[in-house]
Amino acid sequence: MSLTIDLEVKQDVLCIRLKGELDHHTAETLRSEVTNAIEKYDIQHLVLNLEHLTFMDSSGLGVILGRYKQVKQKNGEMVVCAISPAVKRLFEMSGLFKIIRLDESEQYALQRLGVA
Amino acid sequence: MQLQFYALSQNESFARVTVAAFIAQLDPTLDELTEIKTVVSEAVTNAIIHGYEGDPSGIVYINVAIEDGYIDLTIRDEGVGISDIEEARQPLFTTKPEMERSGMGFTIMENFMDNIEIESQPGLGTIVRLKKHLALKNALCN
Repeated sequence: MSLTIDLEVKQDVLCIRLKGELDHHTAETLRSEVTNAIEKYDIQHLVLNLEHLTFMDSSGLGVILGRYKQVKQKNGEMVVCAISPAVKRLFEMSGLFKIIRLDESEQYALQRLGVA
Repeated sequence: MQLQFYALSQNESFARVTVAAFIAQLDPTLDELTEIKTVVSEAVTNAIIHGYEGDPSGIVYINVAIEDGYIDLTIRDEGVGISDIEEARQPLFTTKPEMERSGMGFTIMENFMDNIEIESQPGLGTIVRLKKHLALKNALCN
């Protein structure tokens, strides 16, 4: 099982929808695709929809933290939504919720960022 | 059960899925399965990135034993080893921040398993032994 990455640009917000498994093997593709999109479309905020993510480990935490740092430099914010209890545990363990907001749904996150 | 494979990142999913299939005979809960898959992924990723430093000719060895509802999981590499194990176990500590490593691998293994033992010698490799007791949900149903 690999990772499918769906990217959608809504003004200055990049919506990232992940399907499948995020580990060390798939993290590199995610890193380069999102990094390129942030630069190409002058993105300020990221919305990460994990509804269809079936597996994640600490490599996922690393790549998410890396993208957070990238938009933070542009005074942007990062929101994750639709996360499973298992992924939530990893976020809690690493303290990522202190810097990355959790929203219930993608729709809600986009509304709050004013691009719904 | 024994498993050995080259230190290639595409083998990370193979390793965790195979171990999960093996322990399925214990009828674990979904949470327990996820925990086991996650720790296998962490230890194998460590062996590939840190142990063999990306050299795909290295071999990762996994041994899984089942005893009295306990899972005994050993992940071994013959890579560079860890010079300071205590430091490596600290949450968020990583020797490879430029690779966007979170430094959470050992912390996750400690949290998801009942016991962890790390044995390592620079130049010889690393052995990670993990133990977990599974809740015997069948006993409650009888």
